[in-house]
Amino acid sequence: MKVRPMHRWSWKDFWLLTMVLPGAIWLLLIRYLPMLGVVIAFKDYKAQKPNTFWNNLIKSKWVGFKNFAFLKSPATVTMIRNTLLYNGVWIVLVLILAVTLAVMMSELKNRFAAKAYQTMMFFPYFLSWVVASYFVLAFLDPTSGMIPSIQKSLGLKPTQFYMTTTWWPLILTISNLWKNVGYSSVLYLAAITGIDTTLYEAAAVDGATKWQQVWHVTLPGIRPMIVILLIMSVGKIFNADFGLFYNVPQNSGPLYPVTQVIDTYVYNTYANTHNLGMSAAAGLLQSVVGCICIVITNGVVRKIDAESSLF
Amino acid sequence: MNKPQRNQVALNTFGPGAQALFHTVLGLFALMCIVPFLFVIIISFTSEDSIRQIGYSFMPLSWSTQAYGYVFRLGDALWRSYFNSFLITVIGTVLSVAICVLYSYPLYRKDFKYRGFFNFMSFFTMIFGGGLVPTFVVCKTLLGLSDNYAALIVPLLFSPFNVIVMRTFFQTTVPRELIEASTIDGAGEYRTLLQIVLPVVKPGIATIALLNALAFWNEWFLSLLYITKNMDVIPLQYLLMRMQRNADFLAKNSAMLGADAAQAARNLPSQSLKMALVVFIVVPIACAYPFFQRYVVAGLTVGSVKG
Repeated sequence: MKVRPMHRWSWKDFWLLTMVLPGAIWLLLIRYLPMLGVVIAFKDYKAQKPNTFWNNLIKSKWVGFKNFAFLKSPATVTMIRNTLLYNGVWIVLVLILAVTLAVMMSELKNRFAAKAYQTMMFFPYFLSWVVASYFVLAFLDPTSGMIPSIQKSLGLKPTQFYMTTTWWPLILTISNLWKNVGYSSVLYLAAITGIDTTLYEAAAVDGATKWQQVWHVTLPGIRPMIVILLIMSVGKIFNADFGLFYNVPQNSGPLYPVTQVIDTYVYNTYANTHNLGMSAAAGLLQSVVGCICIVITNGVVRKIDAESSLF
Repeated sequence: MNKPQRNQVALNTFGPGAQALFHTVLGLFALMCIVPFLFVIIISFTSEDSIRQIGYSFMPLSWSTQAYGYVFRLGDALWRSYFNSFLITVIGTVLSVAICVLYSYPLYRKDFKYRGFFNFMSFFTMIFGGGLVPTFVVCKTLLGLSDNYAALIVPLLFSPFNVIVMRTFFQTTVPRELIEASTIDGAGEYRTLLQIVLPVVKPGIATIALLNALAFWNEWFLSLLYITKNMDVIPLQYLLMRMQRNADFLAKNSAMLGADAAQAARNLPSQSLKMALVVFIVVPIACAYPFFQRYVVAGLTVGSVKG
């Protein structure tokens, strides 16, 4: 048997430790210290004298679960419903669209065209939601946006898009698909390219039509990728895309019933009331539930297909 | 030998009907993805007269470069934030790439004693976090990240996802014998990393650098959180975000303030001006995009295949 002196301290480990040090310090300060900071959720967090982080944290009064009282308000139900409903529907839509488009791209005979489509579809992923919000504004702006202008020229009453809730579920959905479908389909396309081509030849020899090949070779071939992306998105189902919900509807108050999600609620609560305790409470709930979600989805996946699970 | 192969190829592609359908669907979707940007470019070159008469349109009545003239006359505020965007992107990218490479390399070394610990330390933050408010309070009151460049760089310096991407690049491209050989030759750990390993993982570094550069260039959330007074440090993205609100303010108030202010507001080509600014932000990405696309695809694929 080979005996390895595992616990012996060595210079090698020391030098490697110095390498991880900058990252480790960052993680401690910016990720782990805030985890201690979640006690803010149970405190009436106020600036104390002297106004330093530790002093504020320790001397602020404990208030138990008072900061969680917002849970009883009807706005809470709305924002949780919005978060889950939008994310749930979008996970399904993005999956179906992205897989369909990726399969189509992989089957194109004209490789140049396939490359061109991919380049165009991937483009929105590289833009920020601030930029995207201007794209939306170009179509919906009440004074000169394209749609209200067309309505005016037809003698109709222009829709006040940033005041009426009706169209926002659709607008948000289109915005989200516009930004994310191309990205996912590029990932699926990469997975499809990785499938062993002899499988297709074997299927063809057995007389499988091209449609059958897609169904029996391509789709099973990208199943691990589908599962991984699904776990990641289901695990994040309580985290809404802040940029989308904040910038695209211009954070417009009248739209909150259909645009307010947990993330914008946390930010707006802080920005409007400076009630750190309450925002922290909402954020803490979100983190805990999100964490449970990831662990559960991962557990389910491990039961079904251990190879595909994340951890 | 040639004939059966051709036969197989024919069996293995969709017929012309299906191909045409695919081209239509893909072409339409691809077009939808870039049309908003083309529209914004058109608007930025539309004259204010045309906007006033028929609104934003793909076929304006008349063209004008007036908006760009105003953009250049915006002067300090604009150039300052453009400069800030570049500064933040360059400094942020260099630092974050260095930190990422230094953190992921020991995680690739199977003989690193604390490998498991630091692996978990990074991974755990992907599934649980303190949330927005505690992070904000720590950064602002404890670390003094407020109204300065550091506030726009430091919170983004490290990404567990990028660590996974980089570690996978090490695992797939650097043979372990290379490191053993280098150690036997008496090279220290840093020398092995810098002179032996780094040249091999250049594509990986390019990928990480691009992902980071993109994140910094598109950053506006940190400005929203941490910049309250010192507007000299804001990047272009945030300037654009603020401009939207200020212009709205102007438009809303002009009606109440009477004819003079309304006149003043109307003389400002605020509509096409904003769109011209959007073009300014997107152009650097659009120009570089075709070249870096494949690196980003490589990185994202690697990262999501094994998280």
